Amino acid sequence: MLVYLGEEIGAAAHERVLRLLRLLQLEPIKWLRNIQPAYCSLLITFDAAAVDHAEVQETISRLEKRAKRLPEAKPRLVEVPVCYGGEFGPDLEDVAEQRGLMPEKVVELHIAQTYHAYFLGFAPGFAYLGDVPPEIAVPRLETPRKEVAPGSVGIAGRQTAIYPFGTPGGWRLIGRTPLEIFRKDREPMGLIAIGDQVRFRPITGAELLAARRA
Amino acid sequence: MSLLVVESAGFQTTVQDFGREGYGVLGVSASGAADAVALRLGNLLLENKPGAPALEMTLTGGTFLFPDGAVICLAGANFGAQSDGKALELWRPHAILPGKKLVLGATRDFARCYLCVAGGIGVVDFLGSASTHLVSGMGGWEGRALRRGDVLQIGRLEKNIRRRKLRPGVLDELKPEKKLRVTRGPQFDLFAGDARNALRHAEFVVSEESNRMGLRLDGPRLAARGNAEMISEGAPLGAIQVTPSGQAIILFVEQQTTGGYPKIANVIAADLHCVGQLRPRDAIRFEEVSLEEARALWIEREKLLSSEERLFA
Repeated sequence: MLVYLGEEIGAAAHERVLRLLRLLQLEPIKWLRNIQPAYCSLLITFDAAAVDHAEVQETISRLEKRAKRLPEAKPRLVEVPVCYGGEFGPDLEDVAEQRGLMPEKVVELHIAQTYHAYFLGFAPGFAYLGDVPPEIAVPRLETPRKEVAPGSVGIAGRQTAIYPFGTPGGWRLIGRTPLEIFRKDREPMGLIAIGDQVRFRPITGAELLAARRA
Repeated sequence: MSLLVVESAGFQTTVQDFGREGYGVLGVSASGAADAVALRLGNLLLENKPGAPALEMTLTGGTFLFPDGAVICLAGANFGAQSDGKALELWRPHAILPGKKLVLGATRDFARCYLCVAGGIGVVDFLGSASTHLVSGMGGWEGRALRRGDVLQIGRLEKNIRRRKLRPGVLDELKPEKKLRVTRGPQFDLFAGDARNALRHAEFVVSEESNRMGLRLDGPRLAARGNAEMISEGAPLGAIQVTPSGQAIILFVEQQTTGGYPKIANVIAADLHCVGQLRPRDAIRFEEVSLEEARALWIEREKLLSSEERLFA
């Protein structure tokens, strides 16, 4: 069942998503099987042998009212070092050209922002970060790459993200981080969690390679 | 522990169980057996736990050596299994003597065959499940499909296996159909009358570009009304999403957990195992049912699968 808590991408709707998510995690319900949060909705998967849609709907709307009274959570700040352009950011020049900017200006605008992690999806650890300044918003590639390098930082519209694995990918790649985004032998496994604040910090190619060797 | 040696792996063979549902917040989809019904019956025939890890083979099976012997059961599609020169029937426990091989070939009917082993297959759990998630390279055996030379641990035989047999009629009731029952998706109303009619009456063909992440369907284009720009949202297992070009895609076990394409319909839970047995070029149709019917069918299915009396002779 999809629960909509707004009709736009933004902090207000997402705060409602985070509150309901927090309440569902604090007080687990027996028939609840999975929660998939997004910008302004939560997908609730439930055990249909135990409850019907009407009961799920009723329970969720009751929780939603209570969630409104929860105190605001303090977000965590995650800093991500990124080597921009060159072989590590093969689309940086292209993004700059599309938006009529110098590549340095694209980087400057990308690092100026503190991003909000709206949700994780697509692949384990892949966080949808927003909002990218409108000056450097660019559409996805017409034809996605068959495989992107793990740690690649991309832009798609007003969103930016880091690819955790060598998956196919259609976002325009402007840089790469040496950090491991998702590791199953680490707690938490994901570098970035829903609701986190994320900032990017520029590093050189030499620093990237050194960090990867470490 | 006893061993299983992969002499050849087949087209795509992975370790699967019932998957890891409940990690959507991390962006992790459940994965798990594409045909959970076959996996469950195969395990029950061996008196394993219903979701014990087994090998899921796709379209072509492999050759496996059992240096210490094993009791196995094959479930799902018929890959023409043989051992020691003898054909092995599906849905029956078989003893493989120490040093003997199990040889499987190309499918003769459906897409996936499960090799269940008494005692299960031992791999390291990832987020509470043995299931392989190929996209992220996590879970199962080293996060990947099996290759020639891999050596896996299998359960040791603790007791004698009864020669369990399914009741006649059980397999007919659970046979993978080519007509999938669906409920309306959250964006059903965004689609024009033509698209809704096509979904109800037209034939779709499973494309070659289909895998555990999703099945792409060739057939009539399902156009949404106007320019339906959508904000990305959670997408459930079995959702039929439609790309801007009008192509329908059934999201499957290794699905992306969120998506921005409108979802016209959703395959009901009781028919998901049918999706797992579809092969490229199979022709399929859809039939709309209500949420109440979908729920009733699911409850009936669960009752059947949890009743020893109804399943076994």
